[in-house]
Amino acid sequence: MNPLLRLDGVKKSFRGLCAVAGVSFEIEAGAIAALIGPNGAGKTTLFNMIAGALAPDAGAVWLDGARIDGLRPDQICARGIGRTFQIVKPFAGLSVLDNVVVGALRRAGSVKEARRFAALILDQVGLGPKRELTATALTLPDRKLLEIARALSTRPKLLLLDEALAGLRPAECDRLIALLREIGRRDGVTILLIEHVMRAVMALARDVIVLHHGEILARGAPERVVKEPAVLECYLGAEIET
Amino acid sequence: MSGRAALALAGLGALLLLLPAFAGNYLLSVATLFLYFAFAGQAWNIMMGFAGQLSLGHALYLGAGAYAAAGLYFHFGIGPWAGLWLAAALCALLGAALGALAFRYGVAGVYFTLLTIACAEFARIGLDHFSWLGGSGGLFLKIAERGEIDLANLRGPPAMFYYVILLLAAAALALSARLLQSRAGYYWQAIREDEDAARALGIDTFRWKILAVTLSAALTGVAGVFSAFYYGNLFPEQIFGIHRSVEIILGPIIGGIGTLFGPIVGAALLTALAEGASEIVAALGWEAPGVKQMIYGIVLLAVIVFLPHGVWPALARRLRPGK
Amino acid sequence: MPFDFIGLANVVCSGLLTGAVYGLLALGLSVIFGVARVVNFAHGEITALAMYAAAILFASLGVDPFVAVAPLAAGFFIFGYLLHGAVIHRFVDRPEHAQFILLLAIAIVITNGLLIAFGPDARAVSLDYLLESVEVGPLLIDRGKLYAAAAALSAAAALFLFFRFTATGTAIRACADNLQGARIVGLDVKHLYALAFGLGAASASVAGCMLAVLAELTPGSGPAYTLLAFVIVIVGGLGSMTGALIGGALIGVAEALAGFYAAPSAKSMFSFALLIVVLLFRPRGLLGGKP
Repeated sequence: MNPLLRLDGVKKSFRGLCAVAGVSFEIEAGAIAALIGPNGAGKTTLFNMIAGALAPDAGAVWLDGARIDGLRPDQICARGIGRTFQIVKPFAGLSVLDNVVVGALRRAGSVKEARRFAALILDQVGLGPKRELTATALTLPDRKLLEIARALSTRPKLLLLDEALAGLRPAECDRLIALLREIGRRDGVTILLIEHVMRAVMALARDVIVLHHGEILARGAPERVVKEPAVLECYLGAEIET
Repeated sequence: MSGRAALALAGLGALLLLLPAFAGNYLLSVATLFLYFAFAGQAWNIMMGFAGQLSLGHALYLGAGAYAAAGLYFHFGIGPWAGLWLAAALCALLGAALGALAFRYGVAGVYFTLLTIACAEFARIGLDHFSWLGGSGGLFLKIAERGEIDLANLRGPPAMFYYVILLLAAAALALSARLLQSRAGYYWQAIREDEDAARALGIDTFRWKILAVTLSAALTGVAGVFSAFYYGNLFPEQIFGIHRSVEIILGPIIGGIGTLFGPIVGAALLTALAEGASEIVAALGWEAPGVKQMIYGIVLLAVIVFLPHGVWPALARRLRPGK
Repeated sequence: MPFDFIGLANVVCSGLLTGAVYGLLALGLSVIFGVARVVNFAHGEITALAMYAAAILFASLGVDPFVAVAPLAAGFFIFGYLLHGAVIHRFVDRPEHAQFILLLAIAIVITNGLLIAFGPDARAVSLDYLLESVEVGPLLIDRGKLYAAAAALSAAAALFLFFRFTATGTAIRACADNLQGARIVGLDVKHLYALAFGLGAASASVAGCMLAVLAELTPGSGPAYTLLAFVIVIVGGLGSMTGALIGGALIGVAEALAGFYAAPSAKSMFSFALLIVVLLFRPRGLLGGKP
């Protein structure tokens, strides 16, 4: 079966400093995978290359069998990738509903249809009652929900979540984890998340990729990967006595 | 729109329609000026308020439109209603070119604004030396015969011009309202708020920004055509000058950038204030060149410091029942 | 007919000298724009205000502009400092266009204030001893231009030394380089920004004082000087002090040549064309860092 997302030898350097040093992996459709690693490992750079915000210096990215590296972010969204940003970027002056309408217009034929679909998505993530509020009136957890709702409204095949759970309290985390699981199951959306919150990684991902110094250090089921000595060492920076 | 607001708008519309019946020439000219600023302001608002690109060189399009139509009339006898289309097309092209170059090369923010100013100034000085269109001495169109209405050539009494600009302003309002609710309106506002996020949602920001600039330029060109025939004369210094560009932006900024009624409210406030102040100043014998502009400057200063979103949003909140 | 090398040299020299004053003007803007991150759309208007102040001091009190330069610089420094601290600083978190429009409004008020106070007619400051020419080799140099350039370069040098060798100057540069870092080490950013603005205003006023001697005074010259300063800063390179001076020299010479060989009124067309080209293709300018 063809993988939904495939990276082959992707490299990126910034002014001589290597951020991503030749990363290759595949993600099957319908999977929920997590990309973890210490700060500076190159995770967001990798995301940016998949989403089109950056072009790789070398290597290739395929989505559903078609090459997407080097395309513009809006073109990649059209191909079926939705993304959230590490620091949320709501459309401040617009209402919650209008924020999502912008995304929904990608696939909707008319504004009316987009509004209907946007309202639906907002209900699904639980922001329905707040749809007339201005985006800036939302709390951080709700803004994160809005960011996800907006990305979902473009009906992506692949959802890239960049630290979507950072800064959330445990209860809010659990709510979001349940929501993501539901989205993956019901709509068949493939999810790739960058996460530091281990609780989410363990609960959501069946497949964990560990990135360190721009290279893949380990890969596998979460329970197994977090016990690997090399992974522990890169996080803790020292030899662990097992 | 709420019932109360619709009623108010209808009332205003009726008042404007019937104005020439009871207003003298002076009041009519003030109303004409107000509508002109409302129209030009709406045109500018599309680019800035909707798409977030600050242009301080919109006089470029005023002048291009004005000279295009006036030149066609002066040299070839082509009437303004036909010349208007050519003028709009020329301005659309200019806007598209400017936008394409600027956005292609990543000229944004203050650099984009400076670029717009430089282009307008370049045109101003250029036309000063372009004798085929009158040069710095000016281009003069035939003066209208008193009372005789020649709509085809836009020669006639003030009331005729008044209705033309009323039509244009109303059309611009209707267009803006339509755009705000359309895909274009959503996309432009998204681009204004956060271009990166907009791109991530599949919006080709380059294309949409150019569309905003092009539309804004074309409409401003039409305002220029009106200006040329209303005043009957054109000087590069007058129509391309930076004070013209500033005049255009005053209404929308004072009224409220990005809103539907902001430019109109702003234009009304500004015209009323300026004329009122001129009256007082004349009565007190303080007349001097620069007083009107000074008032504009002070009002702009006051608004930008104390009411940064403009007068209209604050006013609208008061007028909204309940909440 | 033999090519008039001497004539050309004279024109170039004259352009270089005027260019020094332009350079100081641009330097002030570079400090304000580059450090305090203020798009000072009133820069030329501040200059015009200084020009008129110098003219008034000369007309009513007989003060030579070259003497008035020091007190005027001090006065404008205070004016700039207060203006920034009281009004402009409030806009630091607002969207970019808000600040732009604020300065635009201030510019309009100043320009029309001058218009109301002094009328639209041009005036000039004429000092007899400046009308003589100085002979330097085969060149014939305007004494006024020579002294003005000297004063401008001295002011530029003083500014340069300040930024290089004083603690405050270094602190200001730190703010420009790395705002977060500056805050973290406890620098009073608000005060330093206001200082930078004050220095920029003072530079503009010195340039204005000199221009009062070199050029005609009209209220409308404010906007023209603002644009000129922006052209020089962008062409020379934002954030580069040397760039501002070199840019000034370039524009001064270009204008002199254009005025001599082509229509004088078209000379600024060249400046605007240059600005357009630089904005599109090399926004860093000749010597600047990232815009």
